[in-house]
Amino acid sequence: MSSMNAKSITGPIHATLKHDSAHKHVTGAADYIDDMPEPAGLLHAALGMTQRAHARILSMDLSDVEAYPGVVTVLTAKDMPGTNDISSAHLHDEPVLAEDIVEFYGQAAFTVIAETRLAARRAARLARITYEDLPFAVDVENAKKAETGYVTKPLRLARGDVGSAMAKAPNRLRGQMKIGGQEHFYLEGHISLAIPGEDDEMTVWASTQHPSEIQDMVSHVLGVPANAVTVHVRRMGGGFGGKETQGNQFACLAAVAARKTGRAVKFRLDRDEDMTVTGKRHDFVVDYEIGYDDEGRIEAVKANFAARCGYSSDLSGPVTDRALFHADNAYFYPHVELLSEPVKTNTVSNTAFRGFGGPQGLVGAERFIEEVAYAVGKDPLEIRKLNFYGEAGSGRDLTPYHQTVEDNIMPRVVAELEESTDYQARRNAIVEFNKTSKYIKKGIALTPVKFGISFTMTAYNQAGALVHVYKDGSIHLNHGGTEMGQGLYTKVAQVIADCFQVDIERVKITATTTGKVPNTSATAASSGSDLNGMAAFDAARQIKERLIAFAVESRKVPEDQVTFLPNRVRIGNEEIAFDDFIKQAYFARIQLSAAGFYKTPKIHWDRDSGRGRPFYYYAYGASVSEVSIDTLTGEYIVHRSDVLHDVGRSLNPAIDIGQIEGGFIQGMGWLTTEELWWDDKGMLRTHAPSTYKIPLASDKPEVFNVRLAEWSVNAEPTIGRSKAVGEPPLMLPVSVLEALSMAVASVSGYKVCPRLDTPATPERILMAVEQMKGL
Amino acid sequence: MPQSQMIRFILNDEPVALSDISPTMTLLDWLREKKRLTGSKEGCGEGDCGACTVLVGRLLNGELVYETVNACIRFVASLSATHVVTIEHLAGKDGELHPVQQAMVDCHGSQCGFCTPGFVMSLYSLWMSNPAPSANDVEVALQGNLCRCTGYETILKAALKVAAERPDALVDPVMRNRAEISAKLEELKPKKTIRQFAGTERFIVPANLSEFAQVLATEPNATIVAGSTDTGLWVTKQMRDISPVVFIGHLDELQTIQQTSEGITFGAGVTYSQALPVFKQHFPKIAKLFYRIGGQQVRNMGTIGGNIANGSPIGDTPPPLIALGATLRLHSMAGPREIALEDFFIAYGKQDRLPGEFVESLTIPFLPRNDHFAVYKISKRRDEDISALCGAFRIALDDENSVTEARIAFGGMAATPKRATEVENFLKGKPWSAETANAARDLLSSAYSPLSDWRATAEYRALTAGNLMLRFFAETTGEAIELQRYAMQEAGE
Repeated sequence: MSSMNAKSITGPIHATLKHDSAHKHVTGAADYIDDMPEPAGLLHAALGMTQRAHARILSMDLSDVEAYPGVVTVLTAKDMPGTNDISSAHLHDEPVLAEDIVEFYGQAAFTVIAETRLAARRAARLARITYEDLPFAVDVENAKKAETGYVTKPLRLARGDVGSAMAKAPNRLRGQMKIGGQEHFYLEGHISLAIPGEDDEMTVWASTQHPSEIQDMVSHVLGVPANAVTVHVRRMGGGFGGKETQGNQFACLAAVAARKTGRAVKFRLDRDEDMTVTGKRHDFVVDYEIGYDDEGRIEAVKANFAARCGYSSDLSGPVTDRALFHADNAYFYPHVELLSEPVKTNTVSNTAFRGFGGPQGLVGAERFIEEVAYAVGKDPLEIRKLNFYGEAGSGRDLTPYHQTVEDNIMPRVVAELEESTDYQARRNAIVEFNKTSKYIKKGIALTPVKFGISFTMTAYNQAGALVHVYKDGSIHLNHGGTEMGQGLYTKVAQVIADCFQVDIERVKITATTTGKVPNTSATAASSGSDLNGMAAFDAARQIKERLIAFAVESRKVPEDQVTFLPNRVRIGNEEIAFDDFIKQAYFARIQLSAAGFYKTPKIHWDRDSGRGRPFYYYAYGASVSEVSIDTLTGEYIVHRSDVLHDVGRSLNPAIDIGQIEGGFIQGMGWLTTEELWWDDKGMLRTHAPSTYKIPLASDKPEVFNVRLAEWSVNAEPTIGRSKAVGEPPLMLPVSVLEALSMAVASVSGYKVCPRLDTPATPERILMAVEQMKGL
Repeated sequence: MPQSQMIRFILNDEPVALSDISPTMTLLDWLREKKRLTGSKEGCGEGDCGACTVLVGRLLNGELVYETVNACIRFVASLSATHVVTIEHLAGKDGELHPVQQAMVDCHGSQCGFCTPGFVMSLYSLWMSNPAPSANDVEVALQGNLCRCTGYETILKAALKVAAERPDALVDPVMRNRAEISAKLEELKPKKTIRQFAGTERFIVPANLSEFAQVLATEPNATIVAGSTDTGLWVTKQMRDISPVVFIGHLDELQTIQQTSEGITFGAGVTYSQALPVFKQHFPKIAKLFYRIGGQQVRNMGTIGGNIANGSPIGDTPPPLIALGATLRLHSMAGPREIALEDFFIAYGKQDRLPGEFVESLTIPFLPRNDHFAVYKISKRRDEDISALCGAFRIALDDENSVTEARIAFGGMAATPKRATEVENFLKGKPWSAETANAARDLLSSAYSPLSDWRATAEYRALTAGNLMLRFFAETTGEAIELQRYAMQEAGE
């Protein structure tokens, strides 16, 4: 299999390599949980959903549900052997099943367990529940009026003296922006399979980004120690944050049913149910006041970020925190005060979604810039450049959370993109076009992204890995990260292949399981390869050190004469195939297995004082987009988008570009066509792809160019000096939003900021155009 | 059960004969649960995401055609005499990937992989039917497939790459065995009406049109299922009991397209895809609209008759068909009956269809040479979305450029597809000028009392309906202003 004189291995780090499961994806052979062979006697579960936004349950008659043919049992809140709570924030505000109070339309109050999924789904509709209606508020404005309170503690970030700086600023403006939420729309909906074992053991397969949390929650709800519960996941059909905490409920219910019946139980949600009962990206209402000089330089920013959090805390605390962490985007605010309001609403509890509040903060920051630009009558790009963070030590390098921006490459990224896309000439041509075009108007915008990398909860920045080298020289790789399509498994396998200098085909990638690597963090915050790549590297390093020591001892050569070459090892003047070397090591009783560990250095964060270094480093990027709008209907087309993005030294350029393209389109959907709509009863009516519109192939920019900033190297010693790539690209398409805004603004000669809220649907575009006409 | 009463078809390379099958068993559940072919996925269960895409081959006027369908809303009982091809059939027995699959791997076209089998099937169908697709062709072929990971760019590249590197030999089992499969399907055609029972449910597959009429006469409450793009959701989403079901998608008599000197008559069972070439030739504006109805899979399943017979106020075809003065032919044991299409829609959920009657055909008169006609669909997402509103305009002008006749019909603006008679009357006799169009715009904006819902507010609907009059005027005066994807590239800009 391996040549003794190969110049390089297949699949080192920094190489373009296909996704490890690509072959299985295209043949349909990649198994998701619903594709696995089913255990004998498998039962199926379906949610019993309530139909009030806020109410007291007076009675629940489940007799028809229980009597439906095929129904085995029905679970209610009283059936939880341990606790009826799955609050990931440990605030005890999230019941597995609602008991007395319903807090959002659709909240589950019971679960049907039946011989077939169809029987369970049909029976679930037969409950007779009576309610006492309570007042409800589904959006931030109404919730604030009704004083529903906060689901968790607000955050304040402040620096300088915003009061007097605002008062002294030559110009001031105030405004408000509404930023819509977003449904994850992972193609594979939530699913869990629980298989009861002997004693108190429970094995759970779950489509989750956070197996360790599923393990914790199942153990709490079952009332057993964590060591009784093992959670596996090989791959998810998409996650995007929607499977960080949201799978807990279904895993727990499947496990409780499995414990109660002694049979395996599968819980696969229908798409409409999934969209109704799982959280989404938080919508925000941003109120801002900006002080600026006549050139457009920002002197003071005061902003309030109020979020629709839903009925419970879930991850709303860190999500709203991260909104504030990104309310500066790439800009230095000399004086600043930022406040978060995690508002309680009678909607499903909102949760993590790619960017985790950061995108909403960043969109707010770009609105501030846009406002100032229109106010001083300049191209927003000029205002951006004027307000960028400076070099470290320039006096313009401190964030609102008192972290110094040490690695600022924003000006270079923007300058290169502006030049390579001919931005200025195209903008001039568009301004000319708009002068004569009656109904169709064009717009162009260049917007930057700076995104902080690390979990803001410092403890989560740790990871483990387990590496075995078997006697035949094949390698077994396991780590705490999960695969949801982002190519993490491939990247970490590259790290191992690179480390041992063996072909990547020799590295077996295995399903994530709590039994091999314990106490893992969610695969989230873009941190997957940073954390798990380093942990795997650490495991491989340990084994390598033992192998080197063995070579030194057995060959009596100095350590620097032992080199791992492609698929072989050179020891002094001898070259030996990797397989043979491993076999020798085994017979010499060398331990060929190691657990690796990594924790991110340098970071610390004191939430109470709003000071620290929450981020290890920043990732940067920028994009230019060009659009046309129809001012009669508000319809639009994205003609072209160009991206220049920083991933440090890419571990795998193909996978990174895939993340950037995918993130861009997902973010564009968030900002344009993806709209969540609740009716007057508080019911979410956009709960299926027929009503909730994510981008299609025919929505992508007609011309779409994505480039990596190949010169970039992470200033911090990350794995291969790479940078995280999962979340930052989601914010690149703010350029689409701003290009739309420019096209709208053209109607009134670019004199007024259109204040386009998101999602910028054709309707919002048209209504903004009408407003411009009325000026 | 005698063979003549079984549902017989071919699955990949295996003959299938089914008895006691539930009329509501979907092809997807059957593949995954009964056959353990788990490559096809359920992403939505309503024909909107395409993760379940499979090919169904059928004999159409003697020719074997393969089309993508959404297995999640296709009923197994409707598959008589078809060839079902799933993702598992594409790679060679030795594991060698099909060129379409290989291109997807080479171009990094998969990330999480869940939507990928569906994309591969849609690309495979395109590859079979179009040797040199444009970017636009690829996007049209993928209108019924959602991907949340890739941003589509890599998938588009894969489609173009596989077309560019097309091998000369017919490499795959479907293309290689066409003659053999055609013969088998001919043999599998049901000769007699099929009736099957499964528990309390039952279905009927009538052998021909007159048997269909007889069935409806004795079972006036039966659910008629043609393409199942709507009835499929009654089952998968509403959990409705739709038994007894009459499947009619296979009836040759409903698949005819006949041209006379006055117009064209489409059998009610003609799918959008079948009708498309004819519309392109004779009603190009409606053909353009077709590309914005559902995705390719839905257009391959959904029928001209179904879009009308289900009576939806937001069906896309009624507004332009009403504007063109289309007529409907209904059929029952009592005989045929012809009515103007606009009279079919009585009120929300209520149509002029008597017990025992079914929609047999639709006749569209040709547009007189000098008439102007246009139809505009407005939706939140351009493709594969349901109309917020859909407006059709038609005017006839005399030599003085005055309006002699006007027909304007809208969907999404009222409880039924509805004409704007007030505006039509206003226009008659007026010179066709910007001034007239502006006045008509204001009238049109207040001609309806639309609702607000998740697709649009009433204000937007009213405003846009009026504005479309301005777009129509601009278009009749030679100014095409509707945004077209890739129009700039095509114009060489």
